[in-house]
Amino acid sequence: MTVGIVVVSHSAKVAEGTADMVRGMVGEGVPVATAGGDPDGGLGTDVAAIKAAIERVWDGDGVAVLVDLGSAEMGGASAIELLDESRRALVRVCRAPLVEGAVVAATVADGGASLDEVVAAAEAMRG
Amino acid sequence: MTLPPTLPPTLPPTLPPTLPLGILIERAHAAIAGHAEGLTKLDQAIGDGDHGSNMKRGFDAILAEKATLEALPPSDALHKAGTILVMKVGGAAGPLYGSLLMGMGAALKEGADAAGVLDAGIAKVKARGKADAGAKTMLDVLIPVGEALKAGADPAKLRATAERARDATRDMVATRGRASFLGKRSKGHVDPGAASSCLLTLAVLDALGDAPGEPA
Repeated sequence: MTVGIVVVSHSAKVAEGTADMVRGMVGEGVPVATAGGDPDGGLGTDVAAIKAAIERVWDGDGVAVLVDLGSAEMGGASAIELLDESRRALVRVCRAPLVEGAVVAATVADGGASLDEVVAAAEAMRG
Repeated sequence: MTLPPTLPPTLPPTLPPTLPLGILIERAHAAIAGHAEGLTKLDQAIGDGDHGSNMKRGFDAILAEKATLEALPPSDALHKAGTILVMKVGGAAGPLYGSLLMGMGAALKEGADAAGVLDAGIAKVKARGKADAGAKTMLDVLIPVGEALKAGADPAKLRATAERARDATRDMVATRGRASFLGKRSKGHVDPGAASSCLLTLAVLDALGDAPGEPA
C-alpha cells in the first residue's frame, strides 16, 4: 500500500520544486502530484487543481496534502469536500511545513505506512 | 455606493419561495465587478493584492451560469453558486464565500427563515476559516448583519449595520489571514473581506427589494 502525496503551493514553481525534491530524495515509489498557483496561472490557490491532483495520486490507500499558507490549507479542505463521499475520510490536509513535510511524508509512505502515520510524521516537522 | 430610491419597509419573515435569482446574480456581480479595483487596493494595503480580481473571476463565472442557476430551486442554486466560488475565486476567499453560500443553501432547503439561512452560512465560514468575530475578517460584517436580521431590522437598518461594521474593521488588528502577519500594522485599513461582504449584503438587499435605479 502506498499513500499518495499532493503538494499545494501559492506558486507553481514552489510546488514543482518540492515535488522534485521528493522524487530526488525518496524516489519514484510514492505517487506525488502538485497544484501550484491560481486558476489564471498567477500566485494563489486553485481548488479545482487541488482536487484533480488528489485524484491523480489516488489508489485507495489515502492521500496526504501538504500546503504552504493558510488559504492553501482552506483550499485543500474545500477540495476534499468536493471529492466523492467515499474518498473524503481518506484524504487529509497536514499542518506541516511544506518542503520538510512533503519529504518526510513521502519517506514514511514509501515504507508502507498508513495515512495516519504519514500525516503524523509530516506534522511532527512543525517547529 | 448610491442608495436605491425605495426600500421595502421590512423583509418578509420567511424568504419568498421563489427568490429573484436572476436579479440577485446581476446585483451581486455588478457590486463586485464595479468595485474590483477598490477591493484590490484594500488588499494591497494588508493582504496579497488579489481580492478584487479573485472575486471578480468568481462572480463572472456565476454570471456566466445565470440561466442554469435560475432554473434550479433556490437552495440548489445557492449550493451550485457556492461550488463555483470555491472552484474559481482562488485564495482564501473562494473556500470562505463558497462555504457561506453552500451553508445558506443547505439551511434554505430545510426551510429556515432569512436569519436562519444567514446564520447557517456564517457557521460554515467560521468553521472553514477557524475564525470568529473580531479577527478583522468578513465575519466582522456578516455576524452583525446576521444579528440585526435576527432582531428584525428593516433593510435600511441592515444597510447601515453592514456599512458601520465594515468601517469598524479599520481599527481592528488582524489575527487571521495574510494581514495577521502584519500584526498591529494591519490597523488603519478596512479589511478587504469585510468590504466585499458589505458590498454583497447591500447587493442582496437591493435585489430582494427589487429596487429600481443603477446597481451599486
